[in-house]
Amino acid sequence: MDEPKILLSLEGIVKEFSSVRVLDRVSFNIREGEIMGLIGENGAGKSTLMKILSGIYQKTEGTIRMDGQLTNIPDYITAKRLGIGIVPQEFNLINYLTVFENIFLGNEIHKGLLLDKSKMREQAKAQLEILKMPLDVNKYISELSVAEKQMVEIAKAMILDTRVLIFDEPTTTLTPVEVRTLFSLMRKLKEKKVTMLFVSHKLQEVMNICDRVTVLRDGKLVSVDEVANLDANILAKKMVGRDFSQVFPPKKDRRAEEYVLEVENLSSGNMVKDVSFSLHRGEILGFAGLVGSGRTETMEAVMGLRKLESGEIRIKGKPVRIRNAKDAVSHGLGYISEDRQGKGIVMNYDIIKNISLISLKDKYMKGFLIDKKAETAASDHYIDEFNIVAASAKSELRFFSGGNQQKVYLARWMDTDPEILILDEPTRGIDINAKREIYEFIHRLSEARISCIIISSEMEEIIGMCNRAYVMREGKIASCLNEDQITEENIVFNATGIKKGVEKDG
Amino acid sequence: MGENKLLSSMKKFRFKDHSLGMAFLILVVIATILGWPNFLKIRNLTNILRQISYTGIIGLGMTLVIISGGIDLSVGSMTAFVGGIAIYFLNLFGPESIWGIVLTFLFALVLGSLCGALNGLLVAKFKMAPFIVTLGTMSIFRSLIQYFSNAGTILSENMDYGKLGSGVLLGLPIPVWCFFIVGILLHIILNHTSFGRYLCATGSNEQVAKYSAINIIIVKWLPYIITGFTVGMTAVMWSSRLNCINPSDGAGYEMDAIAAVVIGGTLMSGGKGSVIGTMMGAVMLGIINNMLVMGGVSAFLQQAVKGFVIIVAVLLQYNNGNK
Repeated sequence: MDEPKILLSLEGIVKEFSSVRVLDRVSFNIREGEIMGLIGENGAGKSTLMKILSGIYQKTEGTIRMDGQLTNIPDYITAKRLGIGIVPQEFNLINYLTVFENIFLGNEIHKGLLLDKSKMREQAKAQLEILKMPLDVNKYISELSVAEKQMVEIAKAMILDTRVLIFDEPTTTLTPVEVRTLFSLMRKLKEKKVTMLFVSHKLQEVMNICDRVTVLRDGKLVSVDEVANLDANILAKKMVGRDFSQVFPPKKDRRAEEYVLEVENLSSGNMVKDVSFSLHRGEILGFAGLVGSGRTETMEAVMGLRKLESGEIRIKGKPVRIRNAKDAVSHGLGYISEDRQGKGIVMNYDIIKNISLISLKDKYMKGFLIDKKAETAASDHYIDEFNIVAASAKSELRFFSGGNQQKVYLARWMDTDPEILILDEPTRGIDINAKREIYEFIHRLSEARISCIIISSEMEEIIGMCNRAYVMREGKIASCLNEDQITEENIVFNATGIKKGVEKDG
Repeated sequence: MGENKLLSSMKKFRFKDHSLGMAFLILVVIATILGWPNFLKIRNLTNILRQISYTGIIGLGMTLVIISGGIDLSVGSMTAFVGGIAIYFLNLFGPESIWGIVLTFLFALVLGSLCGALNGLLVAKFKMAPFIVTLGTMSIFRSLIQYFSNAGTILSENMDYGKLGSGVLLGLPIPVWCFFIVGILLHIILNHTSFGRYLCATGSNEQVAKYSAINIIIVKWLPYIITGFTVGMTAVMWSSRLNCINPSDGAGYEMDAIAAVVIGGTLMSGGKGSVIGTMMGAVMLGIINNMLVMGGVSAFLQQAVKGFVIIVAVLLQYNNGNK
């Protein structure tokens, strides 16, 4: 084989956000026509690097060469002109426009002063045919599924002569079948000599689709390897770079015989199908699975936040009826949502008001009026216990870091004296120290004989914390793993239904 | 020591936090100077208060509606509707019946609350857009009272009804007393009860409230009922002042009530607001109007000035929010 041509070359790329270094002298080459994987944990700097390549962020130091030429990418439009397109994680499509209008958004074809719609329609159709996408160009975006929207994004990125196509975590919201379709599309693009960058934190997918893979950790380049020379275990070690035991407190089994929560044949919408599970007193129970596998929806159904179609919930052996969150609270249930800012804290409330929001009526009323003294005293106690860093108890939550917001959110639920606490992605978007504090806190809960359910997409969290774990797939329980069975391989297999290495093309 | 304390508290004093109070003071000073000596006369001041009390009372309820993330456009025509029906009710009693007046007062409060409950039902339970719901009921209330009255004035036959609206108690007109009492009551409800706490949380983020075990249907419903209650009160005060109701009465009340709320610093996007602020906003509107009248500005221009003041108030809100 000839020496492959180098298309893009990154040298010493540094990016700082207000003097915090998120990328530290990253250098590597991308060959023409290859699929390069880029993996790393949350916060490793993958997205930042991709945003620099597509002109959304500006690098602080370093050089980028394209075809050997020194290249500057000051903005998104320049990137497009250079032939660098991106399929973003969050879609930038306009719901009230049709497929072809979105494909040409920003690159409209004109006929005099007016838009040449028929020409755009034709070209969009041609483009979709080349990509073998079965899409009607006249459909509105709002009528499309997530996978179809992604196709539109790809078509949009390809409408100019795109040489490099960046996929930023494209599979997060796709079902396994849709992932296979995406991969076969990527292979077709590869035949057309399109160079692709595939950003992900899922090892299996990277091993499956990529030619080479670059690993980033804490903003630094760890390695660039041919996929053929790698196995998943080596890759995982490179990606995480430390033993899990440093982050997680030592595991202990504090389970009692008795069940505090039993759920049988729960169904709700098309995300929760016939789900059954049980929870011991003092247990730390994991819920693993892909995003969109129905874990959140299951717990929301248990909390009375979704309508149940069928199923029974027993608490301490007694059947209960939970119609809303208030009923759930009165049965000792608590639920920390994954969407902290959208469903958790009140951003313009201070610490005191946020903490007492649920327990207000039970604990802090004097007749009709709020006992503000008692309320303040309670919040001072939690600020102390959770080590919440704030200028004062009266600071509004919108000024807080993710970790501190999460602690306030936890404190609110602790103030309801729960017996069962469900934590949905409890460490999403918070720094490593706050993470460790939250892990320790969950252990203290289980010591206090409070049962915890942890929903997490971070496999190491399930592996490092849980006594037992359920894996969900497409709204159903795929399996229940005992402590010695909780391994990455078992979780991946049950979450996707695909055994390592034997995945077939769609 | 004492001086130091004063100094440090002066340093901590940020004009941004007290912009409404400052604006209020400045306005009073300007009005005093420009309107010397007539502005400061007791008679003029009580007149201003009386004038603003009718829409001011409604503004108090409107504050809660806007905090909840909604709006109520129907208050003006609801005033005419409730006032008109209340007078029909009053006329069922004898011309000298004191009980008739008392019962009519209560009747108007209940009827107003029911009308508000209808708005609230559609908004909170059926999840319809408040703007559309109250635009619809605005038209319904107006149409109904015009139909019932054949578009003619509805006269009270009671000899003493008029004393209620024009009466004066301890130097202040009765509507002004109502304005103050309802204001203080709603201030306490907003800041010292669990309902007030839930209201701001719901207005700030409905999902958060739902996930925090708050019954958002009730929390969103109540402000409309309370606004209906304040409309009932204004309907009695206004109709008893004139001893009649004209089916076209109350037109534009929603404008004045919303203006007072906005000038008082309540966020139009919901989640945060102040009843005391609305009271100050209403009084400020009254002072501006008074100055325009005394300065001989055409009555046709007064609405333009009011519109201008609202726009400036919202502009200031946005600038503060962006900092």
